[in-house]
Amino acid sequence: MSQQIQDVTQAQVIVIGGGLVGTAVAYGLSRSGADTVVLDQGDDAFRASRGNFGLVWVQGKGHDLPDYSRWTRSSASRWPGFAEALMADSGIDVQLKQPGGFHMCFSDEELLERQSRLQTLQDALGDYPFQMLDAAELKARLPLIGPAVVGASYTPQDGHVNPLKLLRALHTSAQANGARFHAGVHVDRIDGAPGEFCVTAGQRRFVAPRVVLAAGLGNPGLARQVGLHAPVAPNRGQVLISERVRPFLDYPTINVRQTDEGTVQLGDSMEEVGFDDSTSTEVLAAIARRGVSTFPLLRDVRLIRAWGALRVMSPDGFPIYQQSAQHPGAFVVTCHSGVTLAAAHALRIAPWILGGAMPDELGVFSGERFLTDKVFSHAH
Amino acid sequence: MRTDPLFKPVASEVSSTRTVALTFNDQPLSVPAGSSVAAALLMSGISRLRATPVSESPRAPYCMMGVCFECLVEIDGVPNRQSCLIEVREGMRIRSQEGARDLIFQPVNVQTLEVPS
Repeated sequence: MSQQIQDVTQAQVIVIGGGLVGTAVAYGLSRSGADTVVLDQGDDAFRASRGNFGLVWVQGKGHDLPDYSRWTRSSASRWPGFAEALMADSGIDVQLKQPGGFHMCFSDEELLERQSRLQTLQDALGDYPFQMLDAAELKARLPLIGPAVVGASYTPQDGHVNPLKLLRALHTSAQANGARFHAGVHVDRIDGAPGEFCVTAGQRRFVAPRVVLAAGLGNPGLARQVGLHAPVAPNRGQVLISERVRPFLDYPTINVRQTDEGTVQLGDSMEEVGFDDSTSTEVLAAIARRGVSTFPLLRDVRLIRAWGALRVMSPDGFPIYQQSAQHPGAFVVTCHSGVTLAAAHALRIAPWILGGAMPDELGVFSGERFLTDKVFSHAH
Repeated sequence: MRTDPLFKPVASEVSSTRTVALTFNDQPLSVPAGSSVAAALLMSGISRLRATPVSESPRAPYCMMGVCFECLVEIDGVPNRQSCLIEVREGMRIRSQEGARDLIFQPVNVQTLEVPS
């Protein structure tokens, strides 16, 4: 029995996915004047964008792949202007603060490993500022640090935003520039004909010469239909949320940050547990212990919420950016750093989708790199 | 802030006429035993239990079932307590929660209090 198609929407670009990645790309596209449609699945999706930690993080990323570091830094350096553009288009202050960030170390071995990782990056990239701080130097910068912390690394480009305000700002800004959002759209099929893609979702159909797959954990199945390979899988992170407290922490750190509104967010777990976004006492307890070791005054803070969320993780942890060779006009854009990379997605990916040159860092990020027998793991 | 109370106990649900004495911002109150702190304050005509951390606007209890966190008060020196989930006790010292809790400068008696089970 064939379904009756009742509704056909034409556009220049269809973006599948209304999370941080899809809306950042859609914002960039709409700002360039492209008639853009965004298809958002709904609350039955595993919404990574609703669960993340909010860091704009450069430190240590890409120590084994300098192009990833370059790409990340190109986004971090565009973030101040990007935040201003979002403010102008949406009236929403995403609370970007980039005072630099700290990665705490709890043993000398950890500190040495950290130094070696950042030194490797500096050697590869030249301009890559970082500082290694011993316990006394760190205490001078962060007086509330605990005695278990033996030192930390610091890089000046790191920062954080309020990720929920960011998602809202991206939605509002894209729509202010003419992007059209369709919520509750569960894509069944993508058909590619030369110069035209047809996306079918129930009785609705969306037609455009270009389609962008930004559907997070939904990407593997969609990519297959347009000749792309995007083998992303869930990687769970758990988060603890405290009562609101007066500002005590001016800098983001890898495992503890304080939001603009006073909440303390604790996290940084990574687990490979499939499509399970629940929480576990064991992991939450470890997160709490590490948080209290970092800042002992958190000992008495009241926790009010905890959640698990699923990162969108490729086998080697790096993003996948690729245009389909088999179906030109179909792109996949997928990563687990939707906050950090939002500026690059809006300002550098969007022009590529509209026919510009591919940003030169992106050559190494095609999905074909996973067509090997190598086994990867990201649990810790 | 104290006004004429809008809330009254449902007569058929009142099992005892016993009352307990407590204070809210140093003001003595006599409230029905067995009620929650939030209900006791509302019945006493008190509707401003706290000021919000961000805009410092006034808040009253809302959901009365532990979900909304609007009813936060300081009880016996412990800040940010959900008053709708805590039963009144004789001699309780309740204060309005003025904005966010301060972790750096804490009241001296916080450490010594037991956490009710």
